[in-house]
Amino acid sequence: MRVNFRVNGRPHEADDVWEGESLLYVLRERMGLPGSKNACEQGECGSCTVRLDGVPVCACLVAAGQCEGREVVTVEGLADYARDRAAGCAAGACGGTNPDAAQRWRADPGKAAQGAADSPAGEHAGLSTIQQAFIDAGAVQCGFCTPGLLVAADELIERVPQPSDADIREALSGNLCRCTGYEKILDAVRLAAAREESQTAGTGA
Amino acid sequence: MAGVTRTPTTLTQDSAATEGGIGESTLRPDGTLKVTGEFAYSSDMWHEDMLWGFTLRSPHAHAEINGIDTAEALAQAGVHAVLTYDDLPTATKRYGLEFADTPVLAHGRVRHHGEPVAIVAADHPETARRAAARIRVDYTPLPVVHDEASALAPDAPLVHDDRDDHHAEHVPHPNIVHRQPIVRGDVAAARARADVIVTGEYEIGMQDQAFLGPESGLAVPAEDGGVDLYVATQWLHSDLRQIAPVLGLPEEKVRMTLSGVGGAFGGREDLSMQIHGCLLALRTGKPVKIVYNRFESFFGHVHRHPAKLWYEHGATRDGKLTHMKCRIVLDGGAYASASPAVVGNASSLAVGPYVVDDVDIEAVALYTNNPPCGAMRGFGAVQACFAYESQMDKLAAELGLDAVEFRRLNAMSQGTVMPTGQEVDSPAPVAELLRRVKAMPLPPGKQWESGDAAGTSVDVRALPGGLSNTTHGEGVVRGVGYAVGIKNVGFSEGFDDYSTARVRLSVVGGEPVAVVHTAMAEVGQGGVTVHAQIARTELGVTHVTINPADTQVGSAGSTSASRQTYVTGGAVKHACEAVREQVLELGRAKLGTYHPAWATAELVLEGGKVVTDGGEVLAGIAEVLEDEVVDIELEWRHRPTEAFDLTTGQGRGHVQYSFAAHRAVVEVDTELGLVKVIELACAQDVGKALNPQSVVGQIQGGTTQGLGLAVMEEIVVDPTGKVRNPSFTDYLIPTILDTPTIPVDVLELADPHAPYGLRGMGEAPTLSSTPAVVSAIRAATGLALRRVPVRPEHLTGT
Repeated sequence: MRVNFRVNGRPHEADDVWEGESLLYVLRERMGLPGSKNACEQGECGSCTVRLDGVPVCACLVAAGQCEGREVVTVEGLADYARDRAAGCAAGACGGTNPDAAQRWRADPGKAAQGAADSPAGEHAGLSTIQQAFIDAGAVQCGFCTPGLLVAADELIERVPQPSDADIREALSGNLCRCTGYEKILDAVRLAAAREESQTAGTGA
Repeated sequence: MAGVTRTPTTLTQDSAATEGGIGESTLRPDGTLKVTGEFAYSSDMWHEDMLWGFTLRSPHAHAEINGIDTAEALAQAGVHAVLTYDDLPTATKRYGLEFADTPVLAHGRVRHHGEPVAIVAADHPETARRAAARIRVDYTPLPVVHDEASALAPDAPLVHDDRDDHHAEHVPHPNIVHRQPIVRGDVAAARARADVIVTGEYEIGMQDQAFLGPESGLAVPAEDGGVDLYVATQWLHSDLRQIAPVLGLPEEKVRMTLSGVGGAFGGREDLSMQIHGCLLALRTGKPVKIVYNRFESFFGHVHRHPAKLWYEHGATRDGKLTHMKCRIVLDGGAYASASPAVVGNASSLAVGPYVVDDVDIEAVALYTNNPPCGAMRGFGAVQACFAYESQMDKLAAELGLDAVEFRRLNAMSQGTVMPTGQEVDSPAPVAELLRRVKAMPLPPGKQWESGDAAGTSVDVRALPGGLSNTTHGEGVVRGVGYAVGIKNVGFSEGFDDYSTARVRLSVVGGEPVAVVHTAMAEVGQGGVTVHAQIARTELGVTHVTINPADTQVGSAGSTSASRQTYVTGGAVKHACEAVREQVLELGRAKLGTYHPAWATAELVLEGGKVVTDGGEVLAGIAEVLEDEVVDIELEWRHRPTEAFDLTTGQGRGHVQYSFAAHRAVVEVDTELGLVKVIELACAQDVGKALNPQSVVGQIQGGTTQGLGLAVMEEIVVDPTGKVRNPSFTDYLIPTILDTPTIPVDVLELADPHAPYGLRGMGEAPTLSSTPAVVSAIRAATGLALRRVPVRPEHLTGT
């Protein structure tokens, strides 16, 4: 079958999709978006968490066909999504990612090297607050749980701008991490919430 | 490699002029790639016309294979190949970490549930799975060896009836992989001096590494008849040594590149899909990708050895240990994997970080028809630590002494002679770590209560049972427990444990740039961060590039045994020093006549310049190098170790020891048997924290895995050898709700024998975490609790 849905603000189409294929498989293997991770494919680990019409879901538990005509945000689009949100646009309401910008993002082979050239103390301009906070707080080790955690944590801060530790633990309880013991993930979410707040205060919004 | 997408990239990291060296919490050079989803993990590898591989595994723990019919599977549309034992191309049909006892594909017999029997390549993963289901294997089930009694019974079936490995000669039974006794002093005489004697029998369940990135890789056949393999592993060169002979290829025709590794913890030391992927790629002439799902992953790697441990300790009335006797039985499962080394660790560290002169220790690993067990973080030492620390609590209680003070009274220190006869020749601050962890402030009680105007409200999220809302504090009791442990660092017992590093320094755009190339497997631990820091410190540069790990450079050994920062870090330092010498040579030759300090002063590279120890700048590195390139590849070794004597266990077997102590605070709902760990504090000596933030992250991660073993994690294997819970639905690892605050106190007492004084530190926190949690549960409930994981029924007696 053929499925059409929007991913990170851009229309995507996949042909020859077998009915049993999950959203995760179609994103990873048919749309060239492997950022969402396949750690358990049982809906237990949260590594494949994406936003489906704004709601965090395990992409491994969603049949690709269910996404027809809907809006998906993955870790690859998180920075743009956060930028649109800051600019006061709901997903897609500002036209999502500018197609030209998205094209540049996908096509620029220098981006990876540029991103990795992050200075030990510096910040990377292209990242969302939560992404930068994960790097700065040391919340990334192997990084396999990171994409799902970022999507889930970003949704938490969107919903609860100043979450308590109990809120953070509850919101991220569906995301397994085997490396960090979660302490630095908590630090990262606290840091991101604090930075968002100071930015909001700074702009007077 | 043309056609492959999402290949591992070089990591470039710049720093300000005097920043980014060792001792600083520099950020990961792969951090940005990992938070944007661009980091190329092994399961992300993709090739335009690739096939998908799938493995058919045994449903039996022990069975005769009478025949395999692949015809129906092969006839399926989209299926390109179905391979069995009969299709293996060479006489080498087995592989193994220490010795080759593991069949690439089963021949005549399967020895454990999940053993690979056949492999399929097809154009879609589901097609491959469905084809595998149509392979007809005719099995006759055989009696199962599942514990020590059934393994050593007079009529026990032999798991391997053709053993020719180097342990076969000295073991008392062919179903024992390896046996290591350690005897020292006069136990009978010491026992006679004891005022109290305490015995205990302890049991550890089978823990899984549960790394999140599944076993996966992409094998691409090459025009020269060889194969390019992109894979997640812990040791590229060990894989290569095992893969090439099975394929019938010289090692240089099996080109391996490390893909992104989603955690390891020991579970990637053994091969998984490597040979299978290569066989299918070479047979079909097409790239083949294999990705295990979580169900298969539970069968696709070895686990932590379950163990039974019998201990006897004696002490005098004033609290000094007199003697220790123990017997440790580790279940190695169907194939040897790292079992011999696990036996070596369990026996040589069985006494723990305590001074006991008179000991009688025996450790064995069994061959059974249970799942194979091998490396997992802290192997051998984890099992022993739960037992000896449980004994310490028992002894202290028996003597009426404080459990921490009793431990401090018997704590080892620098100069202590281990039961192996080896003197500990670097700091061993066991008593100090215990003191520090005890001195930390205790978390306040009843954190679930928050007073407000209307009275007291309850946040159930802070209670045992959490949002299940099973208690509002009634039936909840608190307990505090302590533990300390000792782990060896690096490969022991005479192993040639070297690493290789290649460092290149040249001028790019007027600036000196260092390129570090090693085969070290970055599995998340942050080795790439540390290598860049070492290069900055030694070469005084700001720009460092880390090349992807591959087999085009010499071996870096395994990312295990807490060894990589020590050994491959040591190799990077060593290579940088050689590069620096060459730069200074060039400088002396080119510029020596301009300043006498070139000949007379101690020179260092700092801030991109050649500087005297007095701080005088002699020249820029770029000025010295001009268009020359200094490029050096060197091996580096730590001090040699020696094997343990097979009868007495004596020998200088370990290169370094690592110590951590924990204090656990738990709350237990005694009615339902639910445990909530409130806080798990750790103090650890790391010698020198090359990257303090990463060090703390390792300690917190290791601590959490120990918590999992204490109260949650066990692969349940039934008496027929079947695995009952191969999923994250039924095998539970700690979530963020299960994990408490983990305050960390890092001590830095330099080991004079190690690079920068550092101490391998990744495993030690996994040891004492488990017994500390169980000790706290004992303190809360008064129960004996001799087995981990502790389950609700152990607490309620139901």
